[in-house]
Amino acid sequence: MATEAPVQPPAPGKKINRIGLEPVAYRGSKTTLCAGCGHNAITERIIDSFYELGIDPTQVIKLSGIGCSSKAPAYFLNSAHGFNSVHGRMPSVGTGAVVANRKMIAIGISGDGDTGAIGIGQFVHLMRRNLPIVYIIEDNGCYGLTKGQFSPTADLGSTLKTGVINDLPPIDTCALAIELGASFVARSFSGDPKQLKAILKAALSHKGTSMIDVISPCVTFNDHEGSTKSYAYVKEHDEPLSEVSFVPFFEDITVEYEAGTTKEVTLHNGGRVVLSKLSEDYQPTDKMSAIRVLHETMARGEYATGVIYIEPDKTDFVDMLGMVDEPLASLPQSKTRPGKQALDEIMESFR
Amino acid sequence: MSVADAVQEAPTKSRTERIVNDFAIQVATVNGSGSQTANLVLLRSIFQMGVPVSGKNMFPSNIAGLPTWYTIRASAKGYISRKKEVDFLVAMNVETAKEDVLTLPPGAAALYDEPLKLNELRNDVVFYPVPFDKLINPITTDAKLRRLVRNMIYDGVLSKLLSIDMGQMEKALRKQMGKKEKAIALNMGALKAGYDYAEANLPKLDPFVVEPMNKTDGLILIEGNAAAAIGCMMAGVTFVGWYPITPSSSLCESLIDYLKKYRRDPETGKATYAVIQAEDEIAALGMVLGAGWMGARSMTSTAGPGLSLMGEFTGLGYYVEVPAVIFDVQRVGPSTGLPTRTAQQDILSAAVLSHGDTKHPLLLPASVNECYTMAMDAFDLAERLQTPIFVMTDLDLGMNTWMSPTFEYPTKPLDRGKRLDAAKLKELENDWGRYRDVDGDGIAYRTVPGDGMPSYFARGSGHNEKAQYSERADDYANNLDRLARKFDTARTLVPKPEIEVVRGAKIGVIGYGTTHWAIVESRDELRNESKIETSYLRLRAYPFTKEVFDFINTHDRVYLIEQNRDAQMLSLLKMECNVEQFAKLRSILHYVGLPIDGRSVTEELVKQERGQ
Ligand SMILES: Cc1ncc(C[n+]2csc(CCOP(=O)(O)OP(=O)(O)O)c2C)c(N)n1
Ligand code: SF4
Repeated sequence: MATEAPVQPPAPGKKINRIGLEPVAYRGSKTTLCAGCGHNAITERIIDSFYELGIDPTQVIKLSGIGCSSKAPAYFLNSAHGFNSVHGRMPSVGTGAVVANRKMIAIGISGDGDTGAIGIGQFVHLMRRNLPIVYIIEDNGCYGLTKGQFSPTADLGSTLKTGVINDLPPIDTCALAIELGASFVARSFSGDPKQLKAILKAALSHKGTSMIDVISPCVTFNDHEGSTKSYAYVKEHDEPLSEVSFVPFFEDITVEYEAGTTKEVTLHNGGRVVLSKLSEDYQPTDKMSAIRVLHETMARGEYATGVIYIEPDKTDFVDMLGMVDEPLASLPQSKTRPGKQALDEIMESFR
Repeated sequence: MSVADAVQEAPTKSRTERIVNDFAIQVATVNGSGSQTANLVLLRSIFQMGVPVSGKNMFPSNIAGLPTWYTIRASAKGYISRKKEVDFLVAMNVETAKEDVLTLPPGAAALYDEPLKLNELRNDVVFYPVPFDKLINPITTDAKLRRLVRNMIYDGVLSKLLSIDMGQMEKALRKQMGKKEKAIALNMGALKAGYDYAEANLPKLDPFVVEPMNKTDGLILIEGNAAAAIGCMMAGVTFVGWYPITPSSSLCESLIDYLKKYRRDPETGKATYAVIQAEDEIAALGMVLGAGWMGARSMTSTAGPGLSLMGEFTGLGYYVEVPAVIFDVQRVGPSTGLPTRTAQQDILSAAVLSHGDTKHPLLLPASVNECYTMAMDAFDLAERLQTPIFVMTDLDLGMNTWMSPTFEYPTKPLDRGKRLDAAKLKELENDWGRYRDVDGDGIAYRTVPGDGMPSYFARGSGHNEKAQYSERADDYANNLDRLARKFDTARTLVPKPEIEVVRGAKIGVIGYGTTHWAIVESRDELRNESKIETSYLRLRAYPFTKEVFDFINTHDRVYLIEQNRDAQMLSLLKMECNVEQFAKLRSILHYVGLPIDGRSVTEELVKQERGQ
């Protein structure tokens, strides 16, 4: 992360962040998604988070699969490179990209169909590898781009606009991610800007896989009475797990939470996530309580939101590979083509 | 039955001539019985005596207990394709022994495990019974070791019968075993026991002998997959994503070994590469494209089933224009097919892999040396053309042992292709388009994340020159036409065919890959036996270069010889031929799961010529 970038003197009257960039530097092309689509709100929070953290957009890569949600990377951080890949396969493209240049900050946007159906295999392996990437599922419980079919995160008993009832249980991507080894797992709601932004900022400061499932109603196909991922339903059944406040080390914010009600987690770059516990004994660093909370809220038909699980010091995939610090992609020939002596030695072994 | 009886039944008069350095030995065993060491020692000993050899393993898709045949061919003339007839059988497998003996040509010889009583099967073959169990008993009491070194006994017997120098056998054994002195001693014991038994009990009754020559001086013995791995390392590969599949696994596995040894940063000891075993071939290619998009030299290797899975991503790589190197070590399909047998059956599917209008350059190595050089070509072409490049080898080349001159150290620097830099950007007056053809060769300038140059949005959906989303008719068609132009540029960059024009020859032969070696032999047979002169063109890449069409134009009939059922390369060629060229094309096909042999080519070509 470009936290060391020098602060440029602000032009008078202009709003800029700590690396001297205006908010517009974090915007992308104009959205082509439906007005009111939850995905747009998430895009706005992504823009806010990158801006507020003062991350250099040219040091970011944006990845996605296919779906309405996967179009989102085009709508933020115009000066970042983006790769809109194939349906369900963003994790593998992201893996190759992140490994090839460990210096870049990666953000991946997926949908619940893109992740939970066609891409579940790659999702599983990405989580298992703890690849350093912020992985966002824009979760509307349906396939938006193909016009409203059920996705694997649709809740049991929810209905399509046509009245068809879903009789299969949903996949809980948060529970799955925790089980598989992701080291930062959160859930939020596109309609809760404060919480979502705090989670995104915390995720961007985490080293390892940050998986965020953001419930994001599809206003066109899945925002009706029978849907459990509609605005109305989620607003009513959202159970904030803990109040999240992200404190980057370069911002001097004092947190006004009463002692005894906050849980502070220090992140790799010195930033801290402060979680206001609603539940007395909730431990975001304890896998068992994380899973329990998910099951209990699920049983009540509620969504636990907030940072559900963090393992701050877990070794990430890139570190495991034991590579040189320089990006593989920019190694010169002198470092990648062994000398003649090496070839001679190899040839000798075949004589 | 005593040894003497067995010997008496053999046809002592049938072949009295000596056949020197021109025969094939076939060892029939069950897989998992540890015969590979004995076979490689045999191969290497003959090689060390200066006699050209080739070794071909016909093994089952199974870990232990099914029939395996290993064929070693010695050929003074240097023919190294498979020889159709077996001259000397070593029958160690109870299950197949009978059929193995019955299919021998008259005058052949068979060494067998005495209790199998194979000598009763026919009387036009020389039989050499060997009591393996009796001979192995004194060597070790350990049952497991007995099983492992038992096969060395036939090497000892053959050493005596075929006059293969025992000193060379020992040298080959040491080469094979490394520094494991105890294992060497055990194996030497078995080798010696076989030799002594033959000397005392088996008078020479067959005509086959090995005599020293000097035709292997300076050569090495190596498998194509290892050769390709060395090429990849020398090509400066930095990213490998792969998923195990026979017969390609050993390519990435040898590469991993070489990288570990030779590609550590001298200062930090850290790796200058990353290898990831992916969850499947879809992910393998996805990773390769992700890394290639970032600017890494990136590759994968696979075989038919994996190639099928890579379809969607290959199309993405083509359309987004990301460099990638894909080795396809071809095996027999369709489906799981005969996964441990060789074929050239993925040509058509690789050439147009994925949906929509796609086509991809294919490199076609015929030798282990080309596995090495074309690996380097592939990385350069991938970055120059900004597209996936396929290297089409096959099981025969990849997994069998081939003679080769030592590989030459590359003198050409790596070609990293067209990358936008500050100077170029200025030249373009700051108006850069990721997919704009400024040079007229269809290849645009690319940037990679983190290089400080302008960014672009890589997408598989329709895009314009500036990489912006577009569904406009002209944007789409212009882009597709530019990609076609790029493919025409590829035509000028891929390795040119190797051509031998024989003056006056009306017949042209076209081949590629391992089929080459059968063609070499067949052309001699056609000339010597049928007075048929042929010119020859060996394809080394797709797209076809101009030389291919010139070759067709200058011959009356052109036979394209390949190892698949549907004449796949011929079909690709026909797509680009005019009517006159089309009318000249014939096809010779071989698809039985065994490497093609010269004799089969000769017979089919003569037959088609007679029907002329
Ligand atoms: C291989 C493949 N199969 C099917 C499709 C068609 N398809 C495009 S998007 C999509 C579903 C997207 O759903 P989701 O990931 O939930 O995203 P949303 O549109 O709801 O945001 C499907 C099935 C495709 N693009 N590729
Ligand atoms: S169809 Fe649904 S998911 Fe797609 S853009 Fe419209 S509201 Fe969003």
